[in-house]
Amino acid sequence: MTLLHIRDLILTIGTTDILHDVDLQLQRGEIVAITGESGSGKSMTALSIMGLLPRGARSSGQILLDGTDILTTSEPDLCKMRGNTMGMVFQEPMTALNPVQTIGDQVAETILIHEDTSKKQAHKRAADMLQRVGLDVAPSRFPHELSGGQRQRVVIAMAIVKHPKLLIADEPTTALDVTTQANILTLLKDLVREFDMGLLLITHDLAVVADVADHIVVMQKGRVVESAPTPDLLANMSHPYTRALFDASSHQVDLPIHTGCVQLVHASHIVRDYPAPRKKLFGPRPKFRALDDVSFTIDRGERVGLVGESGCGKSTLTRALLGLEDVQGGTITLDGAPVFTGKKPNLTVRRKMQVVFQDPYGSFNPRHRVSRLVSEPWHLLDHPPDNPEARIAAALEDVGLSASDASKYIHEFSGGQRQRIAIARALIVEPDLIIFDEAVSALDVSVRAQVLDLIADLCRKRPLAYLFISHDLTVVRSVTDRVLVMKSGQIVEQGATESVFNNPQHRYTQTLLAAAPKLPDFEEA
Amino acid sequence: MSRSIAIGATLTLVFLGLAALSFIYTPYDIQSFDIPNKLHRPDAANWLGTDHFGRDILSMIMLGARTSIAVAVLAVGIGICIGVPLGLLAAARRGSLLDELIMRGNDLVFAFPSLVIAILITAIFGPSAINAIIAIGIFNIPVFARLSRGAALPIWERDFILAARVAGKSSLRISIEHILPNITNLMIVQGTIQFSLGILAEAALSYIGLGAQPPTASWGRMLADAQTLTSIAPHTALIPGMAIVLMVLGLNLLGDGLRDWLDPRIRIART
Amino acid sequence: MIRYIASRLLSLTLSLIAASIVIFAVIEVIPGDPAAFMLGVNARPDTLLALRDQMGLNDPLPLRYFTWVTGMLTGDFGISWTYKTPVAELINDRIWVSLPLAIYALVLSTIIAFPAGIIAASRRGGMGDVSIMGATQLGVAIPNFWFAMILVLIFAIKLRWFSAGGFPGWETPLLAIKSLTLPAIALALPQAAILARVMRSSLLDNLGEDYIRTARAKGLTRRQALWRHAVRNALIPVLTIIGLQFSFLLAGGIIIEQIFFLPGLGRLIFQSISARDLIVVESVVMLLVFVVIVVNFAVDLAYAVVDPRLRSRA
Repeated sequence: MTLLHIRDLILTIGTTDILHDVDLQLQRGEIVAITGESGSGKSMTALSIMGLLPRGARSSGQILLDGTDILTTSEPDLCKMRGNTMGMVFQEPMTALNPVQTIGDQVAETILIHEDTSKKQAHKRAADMLQRVGLDVAPSRFPHELSGGQRQRVVIAMAIVKHPKLLIADEPTTALDVTTQANILTLLKDLVREFDMGLLLITHDLAVVADVADHIVVMQKGRVVESAPTPDLLANMSHPYTRALFDASSHQVDLPIHTGCVQLVHASHIVRDYPAPRKKLFGPRPKFRALDDVSFTIDRGERVGLVGESGCGKSTLTRALLGLEDVQGGTITLDGAPVFTGKKPNLTVRRKMQVVFQDPYGSFNPRHRVSRLVSEPWHLLDHPPDNPEARIAAALEDVGLSASDASKYIHEFSGGQRQRIAIARALIVEPDLIIFDEAVSALDVSVRAQVLDLIADLCRKRPLAYLFISHDLTVVRSVTDRVLVMKSGQIVEQGATESVFNNPQHRYTQTLLAAAPKLPDFEEA
Repeated sequence: MSRSIAIGATLTLVFLGLAALSFIYTPYDIQSFDIPNKLHRPDAANWLGTDHFGRDILSMIMLGARTSIAVAVLAVGIGICIGVPLGLLAAARRGSLLDELIMRGNDLVFAFPSLVIAILITAIFGPSAINAIIAIGIFNIPVFARLSRGAALPIWERDFILAARVAGKSSLRISIEHILPNITNLMIVQGTIQFSLGILAEAALSYIGLGAQPPTASWGRMLADAQTLTSIAPHTALIPGMAIVLMVLGLNLLGDGLRDWLDPRIRIART
Repeated sequence: MIRYIASRLLSLTLSLIAASIVIFAVIEVIPGDPAAFMLGVNARPDTLLALRDQMGLNDPLPLRYFTWVTGMLTGDFGISWTYKTPVAELINDRIWVSLPLAIYALVLSTIIAFPAGIIAASRRGGMGDVSIMGATQLGVAIPNFWFAMILVLIFAIKLRWFSAGGFPGWETPLLAIKSLTLPAIALALPQAAILARVMRSSLLDNLGEDYIRTARAKGLTRRQALWRHAVRNALIPVLTIIGLQFSFLLAGGIIIEQIFFLPGLGRLIFQSISARDLIVVESVVMLLVFVVIVVNFAVDLAYAVVDPRLRSRA
């Protein structure tokens, strides 16, 4: 019998329609992936199955789990099912656990609320399950002592300790590093096989979907637009949206060729230390080395990528490069002049560099209008330009927006539009170097493709050097000439992008490339 | 929660209106005593009755409103004008010695029991409205310093501040251009709360004789005078107390309503 | 953990030292000549001289400060000018009224506030929440001394259930507690209102956290998630407030003690200020500040017990 069968699911919250006629099936031992962009209704479908919808939610249709219709089951009965016959894993591992309870207690709780067993028994089973999910820390530890990946394993242990028939995982690896992601996905696959569970995996990452899922369900704006077994779907995408989604994911940016080798940025043996928390009350304060003998160059018009996982020192390097912080050893120069000049910034140097940040929602002061936001870098000039409005209008049009957007507030724009505005802000002083710090990581796949095209376009119009920082290897591969690989504050490998990706020399680079889920190569029709 | 704002604003405006009106008109003059008419219950001639000196209570309430509001507003003013810059400075120099000093200074002031110190100050330097303002104002400073620092710290971590630094702006400039406008809402809400606390503090000080001195009217003083008369003429004790309760209630409802009203906008503006 | 306790202790010591310097400066330095201030303008020269001698005002400032501090550490708080008895004795007599009163009020406040806050949060938006929030709004707005007057009017004068004031001493413990009851209620109610709001707000914040969603996904009912997970976490910020409240209750009892004729620290400090007896004022203020700083330290320790995240950080 089909483990999970969703039929004609319609969901409304308040006055908004969220889901329309959603149909889905899942068998035991099968992995079904729901994919789509933000707002597609993936998470809401998952929450409907668990019966954890917010107040004011009205649904109709059927959600049959092993024959029981969730939509007509009472709340007390649903409580009996949750954690028991169905479990769920969420996206954010850092906040998913109770900070004041040990991990052993939290896993054991799942057992104790459903079974009439002794505490000792429950804790023993909890400890076993924690081991099984690959966690080799004591169950008496607290969540804050664990990393993101480790916490996610605890959450998985909590969800499956009672061997549920169905496990739902909502973006379980999105907040994790590439290598950790690979490990967690392997774990999930193993668990599905071992416990003969059905796994409903929700993710926007198409490479993960292609790699892991047996069956793919594509959703757009609350509807299922296509649903087929993975090999069939990848071979023949019938719905235009599916095709557009996969095209955007494997989008190859058309970069103009870079010529010439005039050195722009020269970083030489940089060392950056931070004071670390004290271990002893007396004695010298221990230091944490965030950047360890880092050296590289960027030529005029050259596009360099920087890849590395969280904690490798990317952000520290960015701040040092921008001249915002001093370094404890080595030098960084731009056009021969040092970038850090103490309390008074050297404006001639600083105006040659700008930055675009990751979070489109945090990059702008919500109380200022776009015209003021975009023109902020003019503070670096000796005199403000003669025709400010015209210049602002030109900057906005350059990035695909219109001059009338200058008088609006930032909250009126979408994520992709905000990144365009961020690029406009970066370009307005015509810098020689832009640092893109995970600038497209928070964007939907289709929007991301558009922004990357914009960057390529801008390269065509003017000589632009940039440092493109990202954890997404596919993106880095398509927009850079050279790439630097960072780990624990060191550059472990650098070279031309294609050679590094095709023939990685350093073990870490090899691990990184192996762990990244890949989209299958499609033949162009 | 616009009901909160409506009720709160109404109550506040009523008292502000009475206080303002008292500058040009009160039903009776309270400088002169009218002993034969003392301790009348509220009636047509005296809408809120008369006190033990025959003075019209409504007029005294109006003049008392003036005192309470003046003291509380100026005390909040001291708190904001000194406290907010201190807090912003501490946040701009977070982790430094200056930050430590400011926070320690704050904690030190918080350690002192405010009522005792207010009594001390007003007793040593003489009881008066000005000294009451200073005494209450001093304790508003660490409140605003801590609040503005606490609100500023997470904003310093946001990317748009980094963008401003990339644009070459100094910490001072950033504090004024970027941080301050984003904490204004919080300061407004806290301002109304401190305002209401100031009303209560002023009433307490006048009650024990250390606030504004007669012939300046104050609600606390009215309560002190009424203390021995509670059983014979309860209205003399009930009415000034009700005035305090309603004024403070109005301000708190206004503050709560403002907090809810301003918050979603910030959230929308942020997203 | 040791690191945490050590750093808190350091903080405590520094605060005490700083506070004592401030108090010393305000009381012995600012009025110019404390002796003249105490005795007033019509003081006779020889009385002035005697007092200056007794207070050690002819010694250099650092010595005076040092003598004062060491005196306090050994239990010698000086001799009161108005009562002619050691201040330590005066404090000792009074503290056994003020301290129990503060504790009594704190217990009442907590007993009312915790259930109120939890019920309001768990029934957010419903009748229970709205009425509790309305009651707390009122409670916060009521001046405690006015509330005391009303309580006396109803319960002492009209109903005669309690006496209108006075303290019979601890020899008759039940009567003593009875005499502290109306004052404790007057003190407790506004504080309970504040505490209930903080409890509700903290609980609501926690109920919106991700780990509650995880708990529900495990199969806990809303009520189980509330009690087993949210309430414990919500208590953490509430602890700070309780600490602050205790200090406020101890000092805020000043006016209440006046109304109910209780021979506590509040009355002592009030009478001393009126009588300009700076020796007593100095010591009592230092004592109150000491209690506040020590209570804060205790709260910090309690934090470490409740919140494991604090135990590993310095």
